[in-house]
Amino acid sequence: MIIAERKPLEEIAAMAAPYKRVCVLGCNTCVAVCMAGGQKEAEETATLLRIHRKKENVDGEVEVFSIERQCEFEMIDEVLEKLKSYDVIVSLACGVGVQTIVEHVPSLRVLPGLNTTSMGYPTEQGVWKERCLGCGDCVLDLTMGICPITRCAKSILNGPCGGSAEGKCELGKDVDCAWHLIHERLSAFGRLSDLEEIQPPKDWSKSHHGGGARTSVREDVRIDRG
Amino acid sequence: MIAGSKLEKTINSGQFVVTGELGPPKGADLTQLKHHAEGMRNHVEAYNITDNQTAIVRTSSIACGATLVQMGLEPIIQIVVRDRNRICIQSDVLGAHALGVKNILCLAGDHQKFGNEPGSKGVFDIDSMQLLKGLKDLRDEKKFMGGEELNGELSYFLGAVENPFADPFEYRVDRLEKKIKAGASFIQTQCIFDLDRFERWMEMVCERGLHKKVAILGGVTPIKSLGAARYMKNNVSGITIPDELIERMTGAEKKKEEGLKIAIETIQRLKEIEGVAGVHIMAIAWEEVIPEIVERAGLYPRPKV
Repeated sequence: MIIAERKPLEEIAAMAAPYKRVCVLGCNTCVAVCMAGGQKEAEETATLLRIHRKKENVDGEVEVFSIERQCEFEMIDEVLEKLKSYDVIVSLACGVGVQTIVEHVPSLRVLPGLNTTSMGYPTEQGVWKERCLGCGDCVLDLTMGICPITRCAKSILNGPCGGSAEGKCELGKDVDCAWHLIHERLSAFGRLSDLEEIQPPKDWSKSHHGGGARTSVREDVRIDRG
Repeated sequence: MIAGSKLEKTINSGQFVVTGELGPPKGADLTQLKHHAEGMRNHVEAYNITDNQTAIVRTSSIACGATLVQMGLEPIIQIVVRDRNRICIQSDVLGAHALGVKNILCLAGDHQKFGNEPGSKGVFDIDSMQLLKGLKDLRDEKKFMGGEELNGELSYFLGAVENPFADPFEYRVDRLEKKIKAGASFIQTQCIFDLDRFERWMEMVCERGLHKKVAILGGVTPIKSLGAARYMKNNVSGITIPDELIERMTGAEKKKEEGLKIAIETIQRLKEIEGVAGVHIMAIAWEEVIPEIVERAGLYPRPKV
């Protein structure tokens, strides 16, 4: 899932200050699970924004509702007329959601209410960990299901480096060394000799670094609108 | 002979090797660097020039290395993978070679979070193992990392680092072997304070015969003060300082002299350990003390090669 966190209220308030009719729009999938932008958080944000605007003597109204996913044109279409009635939308979706609305309905003004941080999962209540960078060339087969591209601070493919101590990364004692974990798992499965092979430089052309935003095309599932 | 550097020749002669370390300044005035280099001209075979160590912006290692070459001295250029991608690194290696640099040390580099530009984007296009292999192939196969052919010849001596104090301990010998396979002709280790652990590591290294395939130079750092020892113990990644050493420094009347004594004793013990080919002295912000250490450790005069 995509993980995000709400921007500081002051930042949202400052962005929205020039607009009279404001809609705080929640997104009920990923960012609802990470408790940043679902219906509940949207309502909370709208309430705080109303109080803030009242204190700052900003005119206008703040309304709130949410849709299932802001990253699908069809779901935006369902509330399109309503969205058009506002001066601005404070989207509590990830960066994808904000851009989906803008691309689909260019006339709308949409502001980001969240900072999108990563792709990952919750490891316990209130804790979400990044686990995938979307590099476009998965190596989890080589690394026993633990991603060094994401979880090693230096994205090393031939680890662990000299900064690994007692299972922790040189970044700090609160960061697990991914390669220590990989080493442990390889050891447990009797595959430590896998580490003898020098992994060649990664082909980053399959990642974002290969030329900006990537497009995935599946000809077999495309609809011929000819 | 690969590069014909003084470092390589001394290693090949089988005599105990001494290298020193110079940190480039946080400015473009190289007067002090040159002064320190001149001060140990007759005491070390070659000088490591660090590459923006601890991720702090400094004059480039290649520029400082070229300055040493002009002085008739021999640099070991450090290259970290933190700040440059494979295009820039290979380009810089060609440039360094053109300027007379004959030794290159490949390493990952401390994470940018620790430096004075913590908001910078870490590159990490390749890792230190891939850097080593890539530069070996560039020299020996005359092929760039991307596969294109190199014009002409390159002849540099390649080294790497290893940290016997990092974990998992048992992997540290495997990693050394991997670095040899990738192209390392010499290894400089992390600063050695825990000699017992270092000895255990060297035993495993010798059991596998790796000391015959690569020259291992033990890292030695003289401790300047109790504060420096405590700082390294608690804040520098990859360094272990035993409590006894801290106690010894605490009890010492003259801290600097005690720090020097510890360094000298370390070198003397390293000389006795099977498979240790030399020492690499890293006197951080205390470069002027290197000649004294070399002399008092009985490593002076240096052999002529």
